[in-house]
Amino acid sequence: MSTTPQDLEQLVAQKYRHGFVTDIESDTLAPGLDENVIRHISRIKKEPEFLLQWRLKAFRHWLTMPTPNWAHLKIAPIDYQAISYYSAPKARTDAPKSLDEVDPKLLETYDKLGIPLHERARLAGVAVDAVFDSVSVATTFKDRLAKAGVIFCSFSDAVQQHPQLIEQYLGSVVPHGDNYFAALNSAVFTDGSFVYIPKGVRCPMELSTYFRINAANTGQFERTLIIADEGATVSYLEGCTAPMRDENQLHAAVVELVALKDANIKYSTVQNWYPGDENGLGGIYNFVTKRGDCRGANSKISWTQVETGSAITWKYPSCILTGDHSVGEFYSVALTNHYQQADTGTKMIHIGRNTKSTIVSKGISAGHGQNCYRGLVKILAGAEGARNYTQCDSLLMGDRCGAHTFPYVEVKNSTASVEHEASTSKISDDQLFYCRSRGISQEDAVSMIVNGFCKAVFKELPMEFAVEAQNLLSVSLEGAVG
Amino acid sequence: MLSIKDLHVNVGDKQILKGISLEIKAGEVHAIMGPNGSGKSTLSQVLAGRDGYEVISGSITYKGQDILALSPEERAREGVFLALQYPVEIPGVNNVYLLKAGLNAIRKHRSLPELDAFEFLTLIKEKMKLMHMDESFLNRGVNEGFSGGEKKRNEILQMAVLEPSLALLDETDSGLDIDALKIVAHGVNSLRSPERAILMVTHYQRLLDYITPDYVHVLAGGKIIKSGDKTLALELEKRGYDWLTQVPAINTDNTGAIGA
Ligand SMILES: Nc1ncnc2c1ncn2[C@@H]1O[C@H](COP(=O)(O)OP(=O)(O)OP(=O)(O)O)[C@@H](O)[C@H]1O
Ligand SMILES: [Mg+2]
Repeated sequence: MSTTPQDLEQLVAQKYRHGFVTDIESDTLAPGLDENVIRHISRIKKEPEFLLQWRLKAFRHWLTMPTPNWAHLKIAPIDYQAISYYSAPKARTDAPKSLDEVDPKLLETYDKLGIPLHERARLAGVAVDAVFDSVSVATTFKDRLAKAGVIFCSFSDAVQQHPQLIEQYLGSVVPHGDNYFAALNSAVFTDGSFVYIPKGVRCPMELSTYFRINAANTGQFERTLIIADEGATVSYLEGCTAPMRDENQLHAAVVELVALKDANIKYSTVQNWYPGDENGLGGIYNFVTKRGDCRGANSKISWTQVETGSAITWKYPSCILTGDHSVGEFYSVALTNHYQQADTGTKMIHIGRNTKSTIVSKGISAGHGQNCYRGLVKILAGAEGARNYTQCDSLLMGDRCGAHTFPYVEVKNSTASVEHEASTSKISDDQLFYCRSRGISQEDAVSMIVNGFCKAVFKELPMEFAVEAQNLLSVSLEGAVG
Repeated sequence: MLSIKDLHVNVGDKQILKGISLEIKAGEVHAIMGPNGSGKSTLSQVLAGRDGYEVISGSITYKGQDILALSPEERAREGVFLALQYPVEIPGVNNVYLLKAGLNAIRKHRSLPELDAFEFLTLIKEKMKLMHMDESFLNRGVNEGFSGGEKKRNEILQMAVLEPSLALLDETDSGLDIDALKIVAHGVNSLRSPERAILMVTHYQRLLDYITPDYVHVLAGGKIIKSGDKTLALELEKRGYDWLTQVPAINTDNTGAIGA
């Protein structure tokens, strides 16, 4: 009657679909990290002096920082000297100016990933920036966006073409010394995406970045900066994959969002980095700092994430609710299977009056997966009338996995209201049998039930990505219940 | 259609069904009655293929095929349907979505074209009218927040859509108000046909007032201890089960040749 642990063990037989390696010549810096490496990166990228100085400041600070205390994660020490901090596909010219100049092998890679840079993107009306190892290879739809006044380009291009915006906003949300990985990223980041939406502009299409780690022994340290000026609106999606490799690879990104008065930023992530094999060998270490600042009144930042990949995920997309009446949201689905570990959650810092935040977290653990929600809701003294609603639900599959919930609440204003709901459940045999007795296969039943569990989050995703997320979840769970 | 022979079923170490034999032909309606805990739900779940029951001995043949080796979904695709005594809530899974997935899986198995969203909606709206169900149920989660009676009605809606050859109805009548009982009975009766068979578990005669059974069986202590026609149900209603289950020594009724 009850699904036995042995049955559930089989829950983890699915192979990673994006685990191919692209055979491409690349310029890769020898492993190791010191000031010379940083100067070298900055030189290759022809950066202005202020940026080099900022990198060095971050690096010197990083050297003084203790390695993080891992809370609920089990992790072997990382040898930062064994990582290469720059790897770029060899290009015929300095940087591809158009898609025609991009290495066809690279384009093929993106095709395999389901991201044809020209065709499908055009059909979907989604502008795509693709980051391959350290370098941004192509940004589609530049012209149409430019007409609307939207800047959407690689971070490197932005440094060249809009240095004043970079200087004004870089590090203004995540300072160079914010945390160990943010400091490392600030020192060595190589590329990423940059978005600026001017005053009053509603971005005419979804913007999207695909990240892929290809070269062995490289880390990916991308940096994303999105600025929505007063009254602007933008929806941004990030997707990630990596080849299957036995060694762990480090991904330490920083994402900064700035929403000025009345601006609205929606940031969605579908993270499918290689999770390691069923014995826990290999996989990406995904240590990401994501933070948005609702700097102006009535602004809104909404994070939606679907995290199915990576050996270890450590990220807390957060909102600083500075402006009065600003709104922060966090919708998350995190799935851990095999030996994956996820420590994820959010921080909502209420500073302005009548600020409002909503947190909906859905954790799914299968196999030996460990899933931890860690959230902070902080209401400062001036945050008159602030409100938070938090809902954390965990779904367990089998009895070797774990779910942990750590909600921290700090309230310094008595007019605030903070509400927290939590639940832990298992996929019940009753539910499975019910679906199956209607003719639905066991696998479809599992993914149907899990998708139902995640519904509150999926409905926040842009339509086309919601479908992708559902499929991803089904694939990650295929064979999950025997 | 269905032939059960000397079926013995255990849950863990506990013997629950102790030799059940039952023949159901196409076109027939059989009612099973019996005290609480006698094994009625166990029998219907074993027929539908639920895991966790150990068939110690005996056989179940459905349409000439041994179905003990089939999974629940395979049985459903072959036309077996179970309306559960306690329908399950599946939060976030759309009621219509589940039913469409089920129907299409069944159709696929039978090499019929799958219904698209529009065709399915037309079909389900028609069936909902039959069940007097409000269209707001279309978009709710499976049984999520449904009242007891609404859940039962939803089961029969599913049956009406899936059009099984063998419908197993486990206490579909309990929890229904008088009007709902008539509606459900009407739903069941409209499925009755010479090609289909129905096995329904009930505690009360009132369901049988609306759905006239061809046979009535009494299941007690894991065995069918008496079978008869519809008049047996009336007798049970009057007299309960004691006269069947007690040792006949002090029983003055003529219940048949019991004894030495
Ligand atoms: N998983 C189980 N573990 C232990 N005992 C069980 C299990 N499932 C059923 N039983 C027992 O088997 C017996 C028959 O149960 P069943 O649900 O089939 O009865 P029923 O005839 O449907 O009763 P009711 O009229 O109350 O619905 C009961 O004594 C019940 O406690
Ligand atoms: Mg029962």
